Amino acid sequence: MSTVEQTLIVAPTEPSDAGITANAAAPGTTSAPAQPVAKAASPARAALRQFLRSPSGVAGAIMLLLLILVAILGPILWPTDPLEIVGLPFAPPDPDALLGTDYLGRDVLAGLIHGGRATMTVGAVAAFITIIIGVSVGALSGFFGGWIDSLLVKISEFFQVLPPLLFAMVLVTLFGPKLTTITIAIGAVSWTPAARLTRAEFMRLRDLDFIKASRAAGAGNWHLIMRVVLPNALPPIIVSATLAIGVAILFEGGLSFLGLGDPNTMSWGLMIGQNRNYVLDAWWAVTFPGAAIFLAVLAVSLVGDGINDAVNPRLRRR
Amino acid sequence: MAPVLSVEDLSVSMTDRDGKLVPVLENLSFSVDRGRTIALVGESGCGKSMTALAIMRLLPEGFVVTSGRILLEGEDVLTARNQRMRALRGDTVSMVFQEPMTALNPLYTVGDQIAEALYHHRNLSRREANEQAVEFLKAVQIPAAEHRAKTYPHQMSGGMRQRVMIAMAIACKPKLLIADEPTTALDVTVQAQIFDLLAKLQEETETAIVLITHDLGAVAELADDIAVLYAGRCIETGPSQEIAARPRHPYTRGLLACMPHLAIGQPKPSVWVDLGEIPGMVPGLGNRGPDCAFLARCSYASEVCRSQPQPPLGAIDTGHAVSCWLAREIAA
Amino acid sequence: MTLLTHLFGRLANAAMLLLAVLVLNFCLIHAAPGDPVQVIAGEMGGASAEVIAALRAKYGLDHSVLQQLVTYLRNVLLGDFGYSYYFNQPVLGLIAQRLPATLYLAFASVVVAVVIGTLLGVVSARRPNGLLSHIVTVLSLAGYAAPIFWTGLLLLLLFGRVWPVLPVSGMADVVHPKAGLAYVLDVMTHLILPATTLALVFVAQYSRLARVNMIDVLSADYVRTARAKGLPERVVIFKHALRNALIPIVTVVGLQFGNLFAGAVLVETVYSWPGMGRLVFDSILRRDYPTLMAVLFFSAVIVIAANIVTDIVYRLIDPRIRGGAR
Repeated sequence: MSTVEQTLIVAPTEPSDAGITANAAAPGTTSAPAQPVAKAASPARAALRQFLRSPSGVAGAIMLLLLILVAILGPILWPTDPLEIVGLPFAPPDPDALLGTDYLGRDVLAGLIHGGRATMTVGAVAAFITIIIGVSVGALSGFFGGWIDSLLVKISEFFQVLPPLLFAMVLVTLFGPKLTTITIAIGAVSWTPAARLTRAEFMRLRDLDFIKASRAAGAGNWHLIMRVVLPNALPPIIVSATLAIGVAILFEGGLSFLGLGDPNTMSWGLMIGQNRNYVLDAWWAVTFPGAAIFLAVLAVSLVGDGINDAVNPRLRRR
Repeated sequence: MAPVLSVEDLSVSMTDRDGKLVPVLENLSFSVDRGRTIALVGESGCGKSMTALAIMRLLPEGFVVTSGRILLEGEDVLTARNQRMRALRGDTVSMVFQEPMTALNPLYTVGDQIAEALYHHRNLSRREANEQAVEFLKAVQIPAAEHRAKTYPHQMSGGMRQRVMIAMAIACKPKLLIADEPTTALDVTVQAQIFDLLAKLQEETETAIVLITHDLGAVAELADDIAVLYAGRCIETGPSQEIAARPRHPYTRGLLACMPHLAIGQPKPSVWVDLGEIPGMVPGLGNRGPDCAFLARCSYASEVCRSQPQPPLGAIDTGHAVSCWLAREIAA
Repeated sequence: MTLLTHLFGRLANAAMLLLAVLVLNFCLIHAAPGDPVQVIAGEMGGASAEVIAALRAKYGLDHSVLQQLVTYLRNVLLGDFGYSYYFNQPVLGLIAQRLPATLYLAFASVVVAVVIGTLLGVVSARRPNGLLSHIVTVLSLAGYAAPIFWTGLLLLLLFGRVWPVLPVSGMADVVHPKAGLAYVLDVMTHLILPATTLALVFVAQYSRLARVNMIDVLSADYVRTARAKGLPERVVIFKHALRNALIPIVTVVGLQFGNLFAGAVLVETVYSWPGMGRLVFDSILRRDYPTLMAVLFFSAVIVIAANIVTDIVYRLIDPRIRGGAR
């Protein structure tokens, strides 16, 4: 890619930096021309710097890193097999089983540590599928318009009519409660918000001058979509991808709660699903995995909000 | 007789992101008598809209009055209680805004929006208020007023909407009407109609008008007095005939020269300072030192301008005052 | 008139969408691993050889796929959504028995969520940096992140064990059945926990949305105009600002109704609310596919109905789209 084109691509995201200073001027005044802050090396780095300034975003990132670390180092930290029966059922938390045992006598702490792997993997992979489908549909729709747009919008409309959780439930029941099925089902039912967002971004960008300039310079559609429009539409897509991870984790829990967890792989959702009927006898077996899901989703959405604020400085005051 | 409005030494500042106060308007003084019109003229960002909002006490968040008094029929609105202020707004003093599209609520009929001022200030029943609203629509020369009262802003043209705004503003027969660029969003032909309407209404009601505009030529006929603002400072003030005929400040001269025609029955200024447009830009907020704010753009600037701070307004003729070191040299 | 034509168009579109849902259901039955007849009978339904043979004949499973689709659609149009061998009852009857309770729960929650969420948003928007604003921000984050079944179980623990002041199970007292007004009160007390649990998530979302919209709208020109007219603050807020801020909220409530319905299914299983939730749970356990397919279909019906209602409300609020152009 030529350097000229590169600067063209960077141009529209650049004001994010200048916008911060312009932000100081309250509405109603024609603000003084923004004083550009020391020129950023790249918009991504500027956004990262902005992100690090948000305490809640950083807190979320730290929480998330800790959770991931625990999931990776799990077997070293707490080698107990989460599916193995280690004691009596419903044993309350004590020094042997720090967080008690579940209805079969399995160690809850082991379940938490090992289950985080499965749950967070499902979350990440399902979110990835969601974004791939959503962005592809939205990009084609928004970029080409016309009949392609009409068709894809109709398809999206159809998917929006089906409550995602219930749709995923039917899919998993039909194809069997395995971790892969669960992941694919979650990814396949929750892509419409990402598609709507991408479509709107592409429609907005499609008519901007620098895109027209690239088109006039003879760039092909594929090149325009992948190299010109998409990079500029990326910030909101990244935000929505982060949020999609949270949604997917919640869905894994919801499906397990309805009895659609993979019984051969310990996950946070499965722990709740299997112990829910005994909540009055063994609160710990349900409360802790639920809290783990809560923390993971909270961490992800804090990070998402932080990124959103960083790439979207005009909304920062909200 | 005391003036309807008297603004004394008014300064407004904006709080910037670090909490520092940045002056937006500095030491502005003017007054309007019953039945008279003063025009505040200047480019956008010169502080004229902030003056209007300060009088209404509707300054946006972050803007504060740092000095001065605003006397409305002798009563200082800056120290009035909130409830008193609400009673004054829309009743004693009212305002016509620049953008009739966004200044009218899209979800209510125009009749309703006129009637509610009457309903809340005049203790009328809803029905009486609605009937009077129709009368005011007739007063601003809207045809088929009964029907129009039941339509929504988006169903009207820009000129119609601005008439509605005016009807709304005059509904309670205010002593003072502030019109903030009432014609900027409108076609030129409609502009003239709106100014005629304001003049006619003023004749009938003897309302004092503060007319805010960037278009000096457009108001020369309607206004009795003019105050020219530049970068938050009043740089020239006087009777409009006098200012149009003998502008003394280089900026005022520039503003007049930007106008190809002056419908005022006076000969053209003998010397055309051919600016077409005045080069350069208004200094940004926070970049305004004690120097003359127009210094960088001024073609007359001399050594005295560069070495001295901006002079205070100095009388040069009866009622005509200028803030310029060279005012006496720049003869008309 | 325009509204009627518009509604007619919406209904036609709805019919197309529902037809598509049926086709999807049909495809899923055939795409699922194993013999479609097993799917139709339900794997654990304990269908005998004769039943299987009868089903084969009824659904024309020996004919071409296209003919099977036509048969399937014709059955559904005649109100035959299949037979649940586990419940030993036609599926349509099962749904009809359970749907009202779920709708009751869903509507109660929507009302609570919209009213409380909007009020919180409005009040906190007056002071964007005040204490209440921060509480709304934290609440909306927490409400978003907390799995609904988990909050449900925690509340169940709280009110079932620690502080038993509210009924935590069922829709009415079955040990001491009530009649008349006492019954209505009884049902409403039983509704408190499930409706609160379900509403929490949406209160969180709507308060955040209402807050952002109100902050936006409060800086709009027409709000300044209203103030310039000297209107009392409550008129400025509730007449001029709120109605404008409600427009995006209505849209989101409509878009979210499917999630709300799915949430209701989860909450019901926590509190044994006698709606679709239990039915879904049992059907999953028994692999009772016809019931699950019908649940999916009827949830689509409800989402579409909710969208149409939203659309009408939207038109009532905003005269700009009443003309029919959109």
